[in-house]
Amino acid sequence: MSKNNNTRLSGRAADELRKISIEVGIIKNADGSAIIEFGKNKIIAAVFGPKEVHPKHMMRNDQAIIKCRYHMMPFSTDTRKNPSLSRREIEISKVIREAIQPAIIMEDYPRTAIEVYVEILQSDGGSRCAAINAASVALADAGINMRDLITACAAGKADGKIILDIDDVEDKTGEADMPIAILPNLDTITLFQLDGCLSEEELKQALDMATNGCKKLYEIQRNALMNKYFNDNKNKEV
Amino acid sequence: MSTIERKYVVPGDTIVEGDYKPLINVIKRNNRIISTRIGMAEIIKKDVRVIPLNGTYYPRLDDTVIGIVVDSNAFAWEVDINSVFFGVLQASAVLGRTFSASRKSLSSHFKTGDCLITKIASFDRTRDPLLSIYGPGLGKVNNGEICKISMAQIPRLIGKKGSMIKLIEENTKCKLNVGQNGVILINGTKESVVKIKKAINIIEKQAYIPDLNDIVNNLLK
Repeated sequence: MSKNNNTRLSGRAADELRKISIEVGIIKNADGSAIIEFGKNKIIAAVFGPKEVHPKHMMRNDQAIIKCRYHMMPFSTDTRKNPSLSRREIEISKVIREAIQPAIIMEDYPRTAIEVYVEILQSDGGSRCAAINAASVALADAGINMRDLITACAAGKADGKIILDIDDVEDKTGEADMPIAILPNLDTITLFQLDGCLSEEELKQALDMATNGCKKLYEIQRNALMNKYFNDNKNKEV
Repeated sequence: MSTIERKYVVPGDTIVEGDYKPLINVIKRNNRIISTRIGMAEIIKKDVRVIPLNGTYYPRLDDTVIGIVVDSNAFAWEVDINSVFFGVLQASAVLGRTFSASRKSLSSHFKTGDCLITKIASFDRTRDPLLSIYGPGLGKVNNGEICKISMAQIPRLIGKKGSMIKLIEENTKCKLNVGQNGVILINGTKESVVKIKKAINIIEKQAYIPDLNDIVNNLLK
């Protein structure tokens, strides 16, 4: 995987994130929206709600429900992707919904639905993490009460080394992929997946690395929101 | 005189630590007061709240709201109040207790598309908000233009002691009715309505700017 001992194929250091930028409020028809560029990933997230629940039997009298759809565009991959929802997309929709749910104060919106739509325009590995980051910013943009922003980042193992933010090539040829999502101010993990094998020591190292990555991402998310609402132009792009 | 501390916050930001009382749009965790919305945090003595800059309208008791009749059944009108829920205006609340559904059709009173200025008479989160048109200034509106603004900017549109709304009304000779649901009813000439819509757009986009009154004043003049 590595060109030499210190760098990866992409030229990044082991604990280096890809180039990330977030823009908030790009879809006027949605209540909240964001676009994230996470390396070569390009993802749009849009939020509608709180709104009436349809079908009515899904309504909960004591809290809101979250509906989430993760969808890849036919042109998002190198070969055409069937535009209908695949098993993987349905699974990732569920994973994203469960990752963002602990951050939302659901009790504030009884009998309502919050809809989160994530469209992958271009994918390059780590799209679920990027999607969670975009969805989190879009939720804040929609004015939904949240305990914290949700930040997600993956760590993994390639060539026997623990690396941060693995891309498509590293995901396919590496030994492990571990996406996590956290609430950085509340020190809470809302998503923890591990595909592959890691020793206990490696797991701890990967978790620390991913947590640090999430904290860097949090600053980017926060700056994106500050930039839109308070015209703060500093640190727009990291 | 008490001092007010203000700062810009996003969800998850710690506003202050210590023995403070959380009021609106904040939560308390481990002795920290955390913002739940994007907006301006205010610390007044020991009370902390966040004035949000975005979000949809959530009904509250006694709020004055401007809505459009969207449907009616035998006993009530359904009114779009620019919120998560439709408002319900019961026939008995308009026509009195003697109203009989078998004798009178509700569409003969308010039709679909009619604009009403109403008040939230009852709302307890388990049912849709009940509306009332009893009170000064409430009832059906016969003329005027409707304009929408984010409900979070309503305090900015009204201004300190109504300064902003007075400024707009004096400069354009128009009458503005501001619903707390973010719907504004403008009564005036066509030219004034266009000017006011521009001013409202500026207020919505630049709500956080301190000298907003001057900017709006220049625009209207």
